[in-house]
This record gives sequence, structure tokens and C-alpha cells, in this order.
Amino acid sequence: MLKIAGRSACQAAVRLLGACACGVLAGVALSLAATVPATAAELDIREVAPGTWALIGQTEDLSPQNAGNIANAGFIATPEGVVVIDTSASKALGEAWRAAIAARSPAPIVHVFNTHLHPDHMLGNQAFPAEVLATLPATRQAMHDVGEAFNDNLYRMVGAAMKGTHVVVPATVAQAGVLELGGNRIRVIALQGHSAADLAVFDETTGVLFTGDLVFWQRAPTTPHADLVRWRESLAALAALLFRHMVPGHGPLLEDRRGIDMTRRWLDWLEATFVRAAEAGLDMNDVLALPLPDEWAGLPLAVSEYRRSVAHLYPAIERRVLGGTP
Amino acid sequence: MKPHLIALKHGLPVTLACVFAASAAAQTPVDPLGDRGRWADMQRQFYQGGEITFDPRVRVEVPPTAEDAMNVPVAVDARALAGEAIERIVVVADYNPILKVLEFEPTGVAPYLAFRIKVQQSTPVRAGVKLRDGRWLVGSAIVNSQGGGCTAPSTGRGVAGWERTLNTVSARQFSSAAGDRLRFSVLHPMDTGLANGIPAFFIDELNIRDAEGRTVARIWPAEPVSENPVFTLELAGVQRVTQIDGRDNNGNKLLGSLR
Repeated sequence: MLKIAGRSACQAAVRLLGACACGVLAGVALSLAATVPATAAELDIREVAPGTWALIGQTEDLSPQNAGNIANAGFIATPEGVVVIDTSASKALGEAWRAAIAARSPAPIVHVFNTHLHPDHMLGNQAFPAEVLATLPATRQAMHDVGEAFNDNLYRMVGAAMKGTHVVVPATVAQAGVLELGGNRIRVIALQGHSAADLAVFDETTGVLFTGDLVFWQRAPTTPHADLVRWRESLAALAALLFRHMVPGHGPLLEDRRGIDMTRRWLDWLEATFVRAAEAGLDMNDVLALPLPDEWAGLPLAVSEYRRSVAHLYPAIERRVLGGTP
Repeated sequence: MKPHLIALKHGLPVTLACVFAASAAAQTPVDPLGDRGRWADMQRQFYQGGEITFDPRVRVEVPPTAEDAMNVPVAVDARALAGEAIERIVVVADYNPILKVLEFEPTGVAPYLAFRIKVQQSTPVRAGVKLRDGRWLVGSAIVNSQGGGCTAPSTGRGVAGWERTLNTVSARQFSSAAGDRLRFSVLHPMDTGLANGIPAFFIDELNIRDAEGRTVARIWPAEPVSENPVFTLELAGVQRVTQIDGRDNNGNKLLGSLR
């Protein structure tokens, strides 16, 4: 969906500005003092399994109040080294996250994986040693092409808490496969669908699965770079793993498949709604005005993510119904 | 018509009285969106020749925030003006680098048109309905955006072989209790000319015709209309649209017929 190469790169950047935009916040961001979780003590960090921890972000949209702390991250500490999954949304959050890791394990950080390209998961990269950063090839390319456009957008939405943040593209290509480290068998899994490349990490030893944004739980999924067919395939692949604990990309920790089910139900509902709307001849503004079913009434950000998804997904579905080639 | 009366009282010639009347009518009405800076310019440039009124019966629907600055959905709905003789509708965006979005002549269809536009920054979008008696009835709405939509090249041009599908028309008529609706898309890059090294290239004329070959609506799109534009019309009183034809500013013709 996202065209990265050549002359369309600029185009892609521009689209992405829109992709995260909640434009009206720009002025507000600069005038409010952000309540930054400036220290590790202020982050919500939970022990998932022995030696394995998760940072739980707030199930909100980016704002000056939450300083960008809206995504989950995690780490696996072994005697031979620490594996970190995602770095949060800013230099300050990355530094607080790294301090929290150091407070829990004296071992050196040997791998930092970015699950995908979105800024709330990777703009804390600066706080970690550059030589251990790694991600999938398509994510590296996308971060290179549009990462700074994301960063600009976060400055607009989050404001002062972004101070000093810039994009650090991982130098290393992450390899799918098993990583043996300090007695843990850690599987790096290459999937896609939420974005062009989604990396999941499954620690077979502890049974902890880090899904990245392939799974949302108690927070509406985001779709700016979604490929629904591939996303559903990836959810099926995750559901087949014998995990005991799950750290979703957004939302609280889980010990079952409810997050996978909820994400799939949301995607199925979105697609069915858009196909039905296109078959009925609805224009985009009509689709934006449709009420959400009761099923999603209590889900944080359901209305705003639904509306964003209209912009992301409706044009292609509409074109299919009208009978045009892309 | 106060100036007219005053003029008579003072015994001025009738012609001069008329000039007075005209200048009074051309006074800038207060912009309901507040002081947005450019309303006076828009009026001068696009809504000339008759009295201007902001009229709530002319509705402009936009999302409050544009998720994608390249594809901002706009619906202009003047169906509440039933009984007024509409000549054409002119849509503009005050803060776009290219101000005019399109013109629409709903000869035989309802005065309703939905489409998508590119915006360069947050901007009012206005629809001026020109009546046959010369008056303008104007509706406005504001869309918030991080912008950038007008100076980016189209995505389609990054895809090899876009020339082969250029001007392909896909159309479908939808029936509902509320009346028939026509939706159609045309594959076209709709380049604004503002992206570096890419000249303006856009569809500038569309005719919508019924089974008897009568033109029931005309659209004159301008550069800000989105790439691969999609239009929605309400077919009040029209049996069946059978043909959509037109051309772009390079003279390439387009022609689509409905099954």
C-alpha cells in the first residue's frame, strides 16, 4: 500500500503525516506543559514471567498529557544478555525505559528489536546502543523513508516531551529464527499485515509472546498501513503458538487468545462494514457518519480509529465495488 | 434597497441609483466561520455579479480532521434549495495554493455532489450556489489538516503503466428508497503542477448524460480534486444515466457507458 521507492517516497511521507494526524493539536501541544514520565519509576512496568517484563503504555491517542507513552514494549533478561522489544515514542521515554531495564538486570543489552515502523514503538531507539538495534528489512526501509515525517508529526501531537528526538534506523537486519541466549530459546517471527513487516518475539522457554501491533487488546486497532488479508493470516499464525503470556502492542497483558480474537473481529467488522457501505453506494462522508455497533461501545478509541480506518481502507474497497482497476 | 430610495429623494439619475444599489449588495457579508482572512478575496474572485448570502440550506460536509490530506471527502448538498433556479455551484478552498476546486452544473439532477480533494493546510471549503437571478447562496465548512496534499506527486505515477489505464471510467447506479444515486470514478493522476517537475495534468470537463443523450449534469474539476476522482450524484427525476464523457487539460478524451 505504501509506496516507498523513488518519486513516490515524498508522497508517502506526506500521506503519513496524515496517517497519525489529529491535526488540531498542534498549537495546544506547544502551550501545555507535558506530564512526561521522565523517570523509570513513572512507567507502568509489569513482570510477565521470571526475568521477563513489559512496559504498558496508556490506551489513548498521542497527546501532550501522555507524552507519547501509548505503546507497549518488553524485555527478556538472561544472564548472557538482555533482549529488548520496542523502545517507546521519544528520546525521553527511551531513556526512562532503558533505565528501568538496567534497574532490573545487570546484563548487557544484546538485541533491541523494533516490531514495526510506527513511531510510538521506535522513536526511543536513540537511548539504546546503535549496534544492537535490529528490525525486518521492510521496516528499515520505511523508517529510513518516512521516519522523520513521523517524528515531525509526533512533535505536533505530543509537543515538548519529544525534545531532542530523532529517528535512528537499525543498522542490522533482523533474521527470523531461533536465538539461544542464556538458557532461553527465543523465536523471532517475521509476519505482516498491520504494516509491511511485523516482527513478533516468542520466548519458548517462558511462553511469553510479544506480538507488536498485530494484536490490540482493550484498545481499537490502527490501520494506516494495514493489509487485512495478511493481517488475518498473521493472527492465525500467532494463535497457533502455544504461548502462556501475551504482551500485545497496545493494551493490558493477556494469558489467552482474547486479544487475537478481538483484533480479528474488529478487522472483519471493518471490512464487512465498508463492503456493505460501498455496495449501498455510500460516499466517504456517509461512511464516516455511520454509528458503531454496541459491541464496540466500551472500546477505547473505537470511534476515532473507525474514522481513521475509513480514510485508510474505504477508497480501495469502493473502487473494487465500482469495478475499477487500481 | 435603501440606497435606491435615498437616491430618488435626492433626485439623482436612475442609472446612478442603480450603481449605488449594486455596490451596497456587493458588500462583504459576515463570514459565519469567523474572521478567516481570505473570504473577501474568495468573494471577489469567484462569487461576483450578484448579492451574496451565507445560507444554511447550502451544506458543505467535511470531516473535522483530514486523516489523509490527499483524499479529503467533501459533499456539497443544496437540495434544501428546492424551488430556487440554480445555474451552477462553485466550490473553493480558501487556503489551498490553487483555490478553485470545481464547478458543477446540476441541469437535470439534484444539487448534490460528493467528491474528494487535496488540501495543503487547514482551510475553509466553500460552495457558492449561483441562482439564475444572479444571487449567490454560500455554504462553508472548515477542515483541519496537517496538509501537504497539493504539492506531492500522485501515487499512480509511481506505478508503471499508469498511462494504459488513464481516463478509465467505472460507474454504477444505486437504487434506494431515497432515490437513485450515481457513483463513478475516473483513473487520472490529477497532478496539480505544484510537485517538482510534474506539470498540471487534470480532468477539466465531465458530462453526465441520460438515455436520450441529454446532459443532466456537468462538472468542471480543477487541480485540487483528488487523484482517481470519485463522484457521487443524486439523480432526482433522471431515469437512467447511460454515459459519462469528458476530457483532461491535455485534450485526452474519456468516455464511459453504464451497463
